[in-house]
Amino acid sequence: MGDILSLVAKRLGLGLLILFIISIIIFFMVELLPGDIAQAVLGQGATEENVAALRKEMGLDKPAIVRYLEWLGGAVQFNFGNSIVTGESVTATIGPRFMNTLFLATYAAVIAVPFAIVLGIIVALLRNSIFDRVANVATLSAISSPEFFLGYILILYFAVNMGAFPAISSLSEDMGTWELLNRTFLPALTLVLVVTAHMMRMTRAAIINLLASPYIEMARLKGVPPWRVIVKHALPNAWAPIINVVALNLAYLITGVVLVEVVFVYPGIGQALVDAVSKRDFPVVQACCLIFAATFILLNLAADVGAILTNPRLRHPK
Amino acid sequence: MSKKNEVLLEIHDLQIQGYSEERWVDIIKGVDLTLHKGEVMGLIGESGAGKSTIGAAAMGYARDGTRISGGSIEFDGMELSTATEEEKRALRGSRIAYVAQSAAASFNPAHKIIDQHTEAPIQYRIQKRLEAQEDAMQLYEKLRLPNPEEIGFRYPHQVSGGQLQRAMTAMAMACRPDLIIFDEPTTALDVTTQIEVLAAIRDIVDEYNTAAIYITHDLAVVAQMADTIKVLLKGEEVEQAPTEEMLKNPKEDYTKSLWAVRSFKRDQKSRPKGAEPLVSVQNVDAAYTGGDKVLDDVSFDIYEGMTVAVVGESGSGKSTVARCITGLLPPMKGQIQFKGETLPPNYRDRTKDQLRQAQMIYQMADTALNPKVQIREIIGRPAQFYGGLKGAALKNRVDELLDLIELEPSQFYYRYPPELSGGQKQRIGIARALAAEPSFIICDEVTSALDQLVAEGILRLLDRLQQELNLSYMFITHDLATVRSIADEVVVMQHGKVVEQGPKEDMFTPPHHPYTDLLLSSVPEMDPNWLTTLLEERGVDNVGDAASQQIDTDDPKVST
Repeated sequence: MGDILSLVAKRLGLGLLILFIISIIIFFMVELLPGDIAQAVLGQGATEENVAALRKEMGLDKPAIVRYLEWLGGAVQFNFGNSIVTGESVTATIGPRFMNTLFLATYAAVIAVPFAIVLGIIVALLRNSIFDRVANVATLSAISSPEFFLGYILILYFAVNMGAFPAISSLSEDMGTWELLNRTFLPALTLVLVVTAHMMRMTRAAIINLLASPYIEMARLKGVPPWRVIVKHALPNAWAPIINVVALNLAYLITGVVLVEVVFVYPGIGQALVDAVSKRDFPVVQACCLIFAATFILLNLAADVGAILTNPRLRHPK
Repeated sequence: MSKKNEVLLEIHDLQIQGYSEERWVDIIKGVDLTLHKGEVMGLIGESGAGKSTIGAAAMGYARDGTRISGGSIEFDGMELSTATEEEKRALRGSRIAYVAQSAAASFNPAHKIIDQHTEAPIQYRIQKRLEAQEDAMQLYEKLRLPNPEEIGFRYPHQVSGGQLQRAMTAMAMACRPDLIIFDEPTTALDVTTQIEVLAAIRDIVDEYNTAAIYITHDLAVVAQMADTIKVLLKGEEVEQAPTEEMLKNPKEDYTKSLWAVRSFKRDQKSRPKGAEPLVSVQNVDAAYTGGDKVLDDVSFDIYEGMTVAVVGESGSGKSTVARCITGLLPPMKGQIQFKGETLPPNYRDRTKDQLRQAQMIYQMADTALNPKVQIREIIGRPAQFYGGLKGAALKNRVDELLDLIELEPSQFYYRYPPELSGGQKQRIGIARALAAEPSFIICDEVTSALDQLVAEGILRLLDRLQQELNLSYMFITHDLATVRSIADEVVVMQHGKVVEQGPKEDMFTPPHHPYTDLLLSSVPEMDPNWLTTLLEERGVDNVGDAASQQIDTDDPKVST
């Protein structure tokens, strides 16, 4: 087990290093944007003195490196400064938004991951059958259509024609859990349709890739039934690539949901980011980017650790 | 051996086709086979003869990309060629079992050995889990596996190759089948380990009176195991006879040629007097990054025009010495001298001329040649790099090299490696080594992936080239028959140490170092009673791993 712990520790250290490098990139990319922020905030009519006073107030007169270190010092304590537009703390502004996004992502993932993997196992078992082709075409069409298109189609059928689910997923404080799940069902379903194809096809490919292995032939020659060959003999050795694709898709559920949020008017972090960019609210932009980067790194780390844990050679050293 | 006249398996006019290049090609062309209860039949032939395909067909199984296209397969009154998939599956594992070539690849890495063992008996409701485990442990004990109570609860990668192969034989026995197909079960093992497995397989097959089809390309092995031998060539039967008779009086020319393969032998040369060695390995210690020492104080010399065979089991450090000589693995201690001059330990620091002098030929010509590059470039590249040849001069040189390896230049110049046979590919590998005009070539198991007839051709070619070009060879091998035919001197290695070295004649005449003795006595001979006699002489606990562990490597009888 010592080996695994040190491997995990190494990956974790590497993840932190990458996050640090990304924080540098994010901070200085925003710096590189043309124009002066104080000028932008005050508008065309501002006087030289006003701009200079605001620059001082915002700390813009200090050298970039000093401001970066101050920002980083705050960021590690989840303090990303104040919004330029509202003057409120960034954490207070985007914190609830981020929780909403996490909720929607979890909702979609809980449906999509088991669905995609089970479907992948079934199509691997029935490979090259009609069912396999239909499942492939259906999931590929879902992934090939733009998310807003899928979203509107779902609204048309489920909300307008059938009236089964609300078309708009605005949230309020006093909603019960059932109400919440009901309201967010359509955006979650849209996301499920978007991420299923990848995970299903990787499960199918990873399993089929192993079917030529001598141990699979051995299992067949032992008289093991086909479904058991797949589930018991192929799947346990196919986890590593599947876990990686699952992690990438989970990351997408958090960082790539802007369009779905807009379509369903869902108050998530994607919308917050788009608003902040258009208003040049750079502390919010930086915070969002850093959160997205951390999500990616964390999920990839989890995938690496998962892949290590499913390798019997590492779990049971000689 | 008890033999009843009851027929267990009757194959008649079996035809199997394989799919290649967009069409179905016949690979088995009408083979008949009759196997009685308790009988062991050896199937023998070169690769591509269709041995394994017939073995699988006996279970009603066609591998991916093949189909049974004609004939009948009758197992104990049941016709398999027309049976449904479900009916055939019900036989597999319970009444017909399979033992594969590589146990390491054929055990599922994700499950414990005993769980894989008990899978079939539980599935067929022959035994409950605990009973099946109990039974597995008894079989492990019968097959002389160490710690039979505990070994099954390990994962496959935690167990050695020879032990895994026996565990797989135990697994095949789990439901006490009527027939077991052994598909080259010892080909991937060292000679010393092979004996243990052979003895174990023979005992258990005898004890339960199981019929078996034993597939191998090694005549000496099949002589120990089989009651009858069937010789195959390109999907057709050549002849079949009881083992004794087949060994004494083979009728067909092809069988005779197989029997004669081990006849090639050339005269032993002795060291030139007063000359200095061409290559001298001096007190070399080596280890891979972060690992234990793989070589421990290894020293030997190779003289001009001579062949030194380096022998030992896998893991003994043979190939690591080669990596040290070529500079791929800089030694921790000691040095490599070439013509009395010390070579830089790392190949990056060696001059072009130093690099040119030592070339390598590899075991797997398949992977050692780039499949996407034409032969002219594979051979031409080193000639260009070391000799600076261009244009017509380069083409002449490549033609000359192809002539040297007995391949017609006009036919091979523009071809790609995948279009060539195994033997031809290995010849290209030799030509590539020669293109650098070396004085010393390391041959790393160059014949072990080849069929015996083809391997002999390669050995003859290497011998001819040595005489014409005055080359020195370091011949890494685990096959003592090869050593007998081509070597002048022998270096025996065990656990990274040289345990014995000297002229070939001395090595093959007693007294030996105990390890050399173990190696020599483990090589199967054509005498069908060889294994029985050996086990009587040494005792079952004094062969294979057990015996090799008893040997003290620091034994003083290490001659130089």
